[in-house]
Amino acid sequence: MVEGLELLTGKAPKPHKGEAMALEDGSRIAVIGAGPAGSMFSHFFLSMAETVGLSVNVDIFEPRRFCHRGPAGCNHCGGIVSESLVQRLATEGLSLPDCVVQRGIESYTLHTDVGDVEIATPLQEKRIAAIYRGNGPRSSEPVDTQSFDGYLLDLARNRGARVIPRLVTDVRRNEDLMTVHCADQFSDSYELVVVATGINSRLMEMLENETAEFARPARTKTFICEFHLGRDVIRETFGPSMHVFLLDIPRLEFAALIPKGDYVTLCLLGDDIDENLIDTFFSSPEVRDRFPGGVIPGHVCHCYPRINIRAATPVYGDRLVLIGDSGTTRLFKDGIGAAYRTSKAAAKTAVFHGVSAEDFKNYYAPLCRRIDNDNRVGKLVFTFASLVQKSRFARRGILNMAANEQQQVDGPRRMSGVLWDLFSGSASYTDVFLRTLHPAYVGTLLWNLVAANLPRGAGRIGRDAERGDDHVRH
Amino acid sequence: MAGLGKEYKAGEVIFRQGDTGNCMFVIQNGEVEAIAESDGREFRLRRMGPNDFFGEMALFEEETRTATIRTTKPTRILSIDKKNFLGGIHEDPSLAFRIVQTMSHRIRDLTDRLARYEQQQ
Repeated sequence: MVEGLELLTGKAPKPHKGEAMALEDGSRIAVIGAGPAGSMFSHFFLSMAETVGLSVNVDIFEPRRFCHRGPAGCNHCGGIVSESLVQRLATEGLSLPDCVVQRGIESYTLHTDVGDVEIATPLQEKRIAAIYRGNGPRSSEPVDTQSFDGYLLDLARNRGARVIPRLVTDVRRNEDLMTVHCADQFSDSYELVVVATGINSRLMEMLENETAEFARPARTKTFICEFHLGRDVIRETFGPSMHVFLLDIPRLEFAALIPKGDYVTLCLLGDDIDENLIDTFFSSPEVRDRFPGGVIPGHVCHCYPRINIRAATPVYGDRLVLIGDSGTTRLFKDGIGAAYRTSKAAAKTAVFHGVSAEDFKNYYAPLCRRIDNDNRVGKLVFTFASLVQKSRFARRGILNMAANEQQQVDGPRRMSGVLWDLFSGSASYTDVFLRTLHPAYVGTLLWNLVAANLPRGAGRIGRDAERGDDHVRH
Repeated sequence: MAGLGKEYKAGEVIFRQGDTGNCMFVIQNGEVEAIAESDGREFRLRRMGPNDFFGEMALFEEETRTATIRTTKPTRILSIDKKNFLGGIHEDPSLAFRIVQTMSHRIRDLTDRLARYEQQQ
């Protein structure tokens, strides 16, 4: 039996013998949602179709306009394009324009109650992009910047995709085609429907309610807000560094302050972030010390978006595929990178193999499984990180090891590399985990655990913000 | 300041012919020239601008750099790690398509130049 979303939308009639469910000249594709997954799918799909001489039409359904500031144009996300994705996009010929990059990030600064350390890229190069998914926070000044989602949508549009500003409310199978229904009674039929709505959409809720076979992704609530500090203050206090906090606050998995233009974005990830957790975070001295005068200003814009923490099942059917957050994504990190990978894999499947459930099972699902398996390792890694959060002894050892590595000109930077890839999402969780099993990593960590916790070494560790160098503070 | 990569002043050398390397570079803005050095003389091979890449041979073979790359104006350049690139190719071979396409254009260009050179002899 072919796996897929047959019962959700009815079963597609079997093709005649020898007849594949493949796209041909004149085929029509509906992409629902113009976030990174939807726009990148459209761009790569049309590019690949052109390469093989296939003339197809792509309609992108997106009611949101990314030129709007505040919630109306925003897709609610911390807004980091990882080092690995920046490099892959550049290799594809898609270098992010300066107007899209709100700030290039060249280091991570880890803050804990026992000290802090700045972990820089080996080449002193800005390879992580802080971006806005929309056109900036609510009430922000109109400046010469462009939304990341808007930039990707323009790429798709320039490839020939048509943008339809309508809200899709239902997707149904109609004979051998898929029919898309919109809130304003508009409907149209397509040879392939690509769901890229993210997980905060009513369409995903409707799909789940309509069938017992489909389960939308498991979700958890996060918190994102924007502080207006001004470009000069941000340059002096945050620099080109993303500030990450490893604090002993229950249910908090990851917290980061991301400098962007005139604003700093706060992103809290964890288990159902609520106001109590946010208050606890803001009252931490390590957080207050990041802001001028130790005073946290009021935020100008905030939201509690949900993120995908477990994949939807299934993520494909005949003439139907779910990509990006709607299907599967990386746990906590590099969601835009996962959107790139899933959108491209789905596009390749549709152009080079076909659009049946069997095609997606053979050529698209393996990538989703790899991401899901890596997320299982990621859960293990974050469980370990939670133990470190709770143990001052472990925090001292880890910080000491990273600080020592940052002082060296040469030599292996095992802890710095692990922390960098964990914070930035640049490497898979499996890769990060395997590196922590290396005997040299384990041995050096054990030495640092002892050295950092000896009575004479029990002061603060790490980077002295005033002197701007890395050293152990007493 | 917004923008990705590393900034170079006009006239700075990114790498020299004969250097070893394990990454390629993509120009974000500005311009560079590729220069072949022989018997103490310099021959300009080509100029490259935004979105062009260079140093790609280091990703595929262990040989030294075949040309010197120098900026002709203030330029910002992003480096692409060999590990990241090859990891990407392993998952998605189409990632190499643009590089193969550009290398093909460059071979065609060199073949034309060689033919012209042979005619002049």
